[in-house]
Amino acid sequence: MKTASPFEYLAQPTNLVAVRFDGQTYQLPKGENLAAALLAAGVRSTRENPGSNAPRAAFCMMGACYECRVRIDGASVQACMIQVRDGLVVEKMQPIGGQSYER
Amino acid sequence: MSANDRRDFDLAIIGAGPAGMAAAAQAASAGLSVLLLDEQARLGGQIYRDIERTSEQRGRILGKDYLAGRALVDDLVKSSITYVPQASVWQADQDGHLCYTVEGLATQTKAHRVLLATGALERPVPIPGWTLPGVMMAGAGQILLKQSGLVAKRAVIAGSGPLIYLIAAQMVRAGNPPLALIETQTAADFWQAQHHLAGALRGWRYLIKGLGLIGELRRAGVKRYRGASDLQAEGQERAEALRFSHRGKQQWLACETIFLHMGVVPNTQLSRAMNLDHYWSAAQHCFHPKTDGWGRSSAAAIFIAGDGAGIAGAKGAELAGRIAALRIAADLGRLDEATMAQSATPLHRELARERAARPFLDRAYPASSQVLAPDDATMVCRCEEVSAGDIRRYAAMGCDGPNQAKAFGRAGMGPCQGRYCGLTVSMLLASVNQRSLDETGYFRIRPPIKPLTLGEIAQLDDPDAGAKEVMDLG
Repeated sequence: MKTASPFEYLAQPTNLVAVRFDGQTYQLPKGENLAAALLAAGVRSTRENPGSNAPRAAFCMMGACYECRVRIDGASVQACMIQVRDGLVVEKMQPIGGQSYER
Repeated sequence: MSANDRRDFDLAIIGAGPAGMAAAAQAASAGLSVLLLDEQARLGGQIYRDIERTSEQRGRILGKDYLAGRALVDDLVKSSITYVPQASVWQADQDGHLCYTVEGLATQTKAHRVLLATGALERPVPIPGWTLPGVMMAGAGQILLKQSGLVAKRAVIAGSGPLIYLIAAQMVRAGNPPLALIETQTAADFWQAQHHLAGALRGWRYLIKGLGLIGELRRAGVKRYRGASDLQAEGQERAEALRFSHRGKQQWLACETIFLHMGVVPNTQLSRAMNLDHYWSAAQHCFHPKTDGWGRSSAAAIFIAGDGAGIAGAKGAELAGRIAALRIAADLGRLDEATMAQSATPLHRELARERAARPFLDRAYPASSQVLAPDDATMVCRCEEVSAGDIRRYAAMGCDGPNQAKAFGRAGMGPCQGRYCGLTVSMLLASVNQRSLDETGYFRIRPPIKPLTLGEIAQLDDPDAGAKEVMDLG
């Protein structure tokens, strides 16, 4: 869901490109860290956790916690380790079949 | 080593922060062939993240200790080394064999010596609500500023440690001061730290810097709640407030972002996966890999330098990197022992000075009891949603170690592979079972230490060299 961002840029970025996230189009700065760019665009949650389906979002920003993972080209990747490029299509990670796992 | 023991490099360094960059430059100047692998797109590690392309405005906000990283980068780019950015190392062994992936392409290589310079992770801060979107590690907030020029608008910073003051001051300079600092260290912690005052005075530069930052926060009117406890992040779909106790009263602060910090701990993921020896540091409440004064680990060909070997900060990491590189050059016959010792003496002396303030800081800014022994209801393993109460229950059922805890309830088996629950799980089990942390141990970390596709394994170019080991990844 798109809301006002809790973050702001020190200097407004230029060279924006179109990125699809969870079915919506965002104008994000080319070459910017994807997790950071989504946060700045007001995307609060990038996946739901298997088990509780609770919303999760970027947490460590250094490739360690795996909270910011998203799906790109069918693969699960860490948004904080990806750079924004034109035409990127990013899917929100949801538990398989939209159901929580049996535990 | 035998004559037909073909190696691609004299030295492979994993991590391009201060330790890795300094070691690479030092080793290259001794004539070693050096491979420098780093997960990020640009040099610097987390402490000097994006130092190469920081703007003047960002440099002013981040301060001169950050800008000091430029000298390391300048030194390194003059050196003749092989630097591979965006390289994720997913396997390494004690014989110097490495596997890594760059943008979906897997490669393997072999070096005579390997230096792990993988730095630190922030200590996990398990409090109720810490999985809510909008709750982040404070270091993550700083990375957003360094790398993207992003600053949080309505944020609180909670926890303890000198880094909190730096991040808060940087936010002040960026025009978005934190709403408040909620600090868990107490006056008693401060008085007990006075036992280490002599050391602190030897490391006086850090004290002056800290006092300067605190003065900056006071002038900016940033409210500080010292001796706070019972932190709790609240919100439905995202963080909306931080609740805590302060001087016997319940406090509630509305905010959009909660930055948590309880100090940093060595990132031992790779040293664990390589089966190197580790021990529990009671003073720092974390495991350290065993290393000698040169950074040599329990395996002769593997060295560890920087915060990954024990927290000493950026300058300490740089010195440790140079020291390890000298020893490695001597190991490989590129430097005689006398020259090595002579070059290393001033570095060792400076490193001792860098470490001098550490016992004072550890004691003055301890991790709070709330995060060392969380309440039963608090989620400990974020990936698999296992609570502290679950871990205590496993212990009561006879679970005596973290690896058994995996079988009981999957703690540590999610994508982060225990990076943000491992210490907590070990401490909880040790406490219930009344065993030492060394007896209790840590999760067995197995390669691949980063998620890997079958396609990446299939691409490995030299089947004879790597196939067997790769097949054993389990």
